[in-house]
Amino acid sequence: MNEQVQITSSPQYHDRLSTAGIMWTVSACLVPATAWGVYVFGLRALWVVIASIAAAVASEYLAGLVLKRFTLADGSAVLTGLLIGMNMPPAVPFYIPVIASVFAILVVKWTFGGLGSNWMNPALAGRVFVFFSWTGPMTTWTMPRTLPVVDGFTSATYLGVVKTGATESAGATGGPLALLERVGFPRSNLDTVVTDWLNSALLEPLGIELPFGYVDPFIGNIPGSIGEISALLLLLGAVYLFARRIITWEISATYFLSFGLLTWIFGGLIHGGGAFTGDVLFHALSGGLMLAIFFMATDMATSPMTRKGLLIYGAGAGFLTFLIRTYGSFPEGASLAIILMNVFVPLINRATQPSRFGVQKVEEAES
Amino acid sequence: MMRRLTFPLGGIHPVERKGATRNSASANAIIPSRCIVPLQQHIGAPAESLVGKGDEIGEGMLIGQAKGFVSANIHAPVPGTVKEIKSIYLPNGVRTDAVVIELEGEFERLGKEESRRDWSGMDGPEILDIIRENGIVGMGGATFPTHVKFSLPKGRRCEYLILNGTECEPYLSADHRLMVERPAQLLEGLRIVEHLLQPDHVLIGIETNKPDAIAALQNAVNEAGVNYRVVPLKIKYPQGDEKQLIKAINGREVPSGGLPLEIGCVVSNAGTVHAIYEAVVLGRPLIDRLVTVSGGAIAKPANLKVRIGTPIGELINECGGFSRTPAKIITGGPMMGQTIYDLDIPVTKGTSGILALTEREVNAAPRTACIQCGRCVDACPIGIEPTKLFKLIDHFEYEDAVAHGLMDCRECGSCGYICPARIPLVQGMRIGKLMARKKKVPV
Repeated sequence: MNEQVQITSSPQYHDRLSTAGIMWTVSACLVPATAWGVYVFGLRALWVVIASIAAAVASEYLAGLVLKRFTLADGSAVLTGLLIGMNMPPAVPFYIPVIASVFAILVVKWTFGGLGSNWMNPALAGRVFVFFSWTGPMTTWTMPRTLPVVDGFTSATYLGVVKTGATESAGATGGPLALLERVGFPRSNLDTVVTDWLNSALLEPLGIELPFGYVDPFIGNIPGSIGEISALLLLLGAVYLFARRIITWEISATYFLSFGLLTWIFGGLIHGGGAFTGDVLFHALSGGLMLAIFFMATDMATSPMTRKGLLIYGAGAGFLTFLIRTYGSFPEGASLAIILMNVFVPLINRATQPSRFGVQKVEEAES
Repeated sequence: MMRRLTFPLGGIHPVERKGATRNSASANAIIPSRCIVPLQQHIGAPAESLVGKGDEIGEGMLIGQAKGFVSANIHAPVPGTVKEIKSIYLPNGVRTDAVVIELEGEFERLGKEESRRDWSGMDGPEILDIIRENGIVGMGGATFPTHVKFSLPKGRRCEYLILNGTECEPYLSADHRLMVERPAQLLEGLRIVEHLLQPDHVLIGIETNKPDAIAALQNAVNEAGVNYRVVPLKIKYPQGDEKQLIKAINGREVPSGGLPLEIGCVVSNAGTVHAIYEAVVLGRPLIDRLVTVSGGAIAKPANLKVRIGTPIGELINECGGFSRTPAKIITGGPMMGQTIYDLDIPVTKGTSGILALTEREVNAAPRTACIQCGRCVDACPIGIEPTKLFKLIDHFEYEDAVAHGLMDCRECGSCGYICPARIPLVQGMRIGKLMARKKKVPV
């Protein structure tokens, strides 16, 4: 007799990944991009993130007290808080991220039963809730300290400038980068140097010339929410998640493809260009798209179950993001697009049930 | 290079850890001084004991008589005296009588040259009889009586005979060693089954993680000059499930709730075919088998030829005992095997492995709520949605669960292995099936 051994039903061993492992790893992959935000916007940004996380954790604990289910160790509350913090403008008053986190955890997550039972992405719902409630502070931006100071230029995001510019001029603007140039949007020295180097060393032999202005948003030298600005660091985090198979390629791929394709075909029209002149690279690098594609849309609880469903879901989110960004009244579209797609998940699940082994053929034979 | 075949739907790649034993040649285990031989080692009715306390018995003597058609004979693995007949629990929770034999007297077969029987003149029923008499059952773990499986009902024909050499369970390498070490005997066994079933094609399915086994059997096929095809299969669990193996190897799909024979296929495990060789050619009943003893807590993992009835504890001792504290002791593989706590439980005809896993290997984690990640749906080889069925069963909605394919579940463990929330999905399926049968839910 051995009284120490476990008696369990098969399977007797498991894959390394656990719920907590997934949540903490995703959080860890977001840390570099957040740290970059803190670096360029100052320590206040860190306090915003800490306030979001603290409020999320406190709300989760409160829900646990009431329901006698303590779930802090699974890491999901910290992840939600972190995502909310990353989606805040650096100068936002502290009560806004706190309210966003409380709303996300208590209303969006726990009223439906907690982790896995919520049908809407809590972080996004929290963000959208405070965005519509406090639109002013939620759209007041800070210039990163790494950009040169331009007198008389009020801070705005890339997409904000493009939206206003396209609406006001209602004609040929020459595309988003030209618009930025026209309003005197500051560009860093680094952008000039790196673009020059890329062109002479890599792209010239291929006959391509990269215009100035793409390196800044790629690295994160732009105004925006704390954690969304550095496409590079978000990509690095995503690559690790792909490598660990924590996120799968389906959602991100179809999201990017449908958004990119539509932007390429129709995105140029509002700037007075023809079809197939949209600036996909600009749109991919600016705003919250990177964060949305890799870290928000891929939330497991609020995305479909089957591979086929994930493809549809991603494509739908890409389509809606394009619609809102290009034709909607907001410069940003990813959060709303994903939340809208969350609503369709049960339908998508129903429509994409896997075909059962040994069943289809029997039915065919009978009919 | 040709595209490697595998089954298309679901499947996983569990951590293999076959390295500890895949290259260790099989050795004879020490004959235990006391054998505990259960009378129920197979699916079907338990055998009836033919011996009583104090009886003297010889090696290979019939001690348990099959009761009815779906049942199997039990033979004495060692010569000796019947000490008692006691009731024991098997790892799967079945309670059965077991004949306890104290080793004594002389071995009639061990160490002696065995004479060969010529089977080419035998007809089907004669071979089937030998299989039945020698108590042969499916040795991959299911332990379904082989004579029943090979009795083709009227109007059914075997088009494909498939040798299952996939051994897709992690850690195990007993079949692998068998194929590498005894390819000629295995092939002769296969020829006997071919002679019995008269199939149009004979295929041998082996996963590519056993290149030496593929080469050995290909070589044996060439030497024998038979028209069998050795098919290397892409590694994927659960390819050793006969439904998946058939799908992988010839694309046919066993209908839901049906048997392979309905689509003209018969699958037999390598160990079983070898046992058939021994029974038909050497006249030897099924009294021993190859067992992989492995896992991170075992000091010296090995492949051992073990007499049926050997207490598991003795095998572990022979392999140097525990080098680390075991978290789980398992009979069979880690995906479908059962945990035990009593080391007196004996090796039976279906015991393909004895594993002692450390806490680290088990990868236990706290159970959380389902996070809807969809990994179980992606992993399921029969295309049911384990998490959905689990919820239905949890809410006693058995009819709904059955309508969504519950009864098709093979309990392969893919969903439970991959679940990050550590939800006991397979256990849920088992309970669901049990309750659906109890409540007579129509399938």
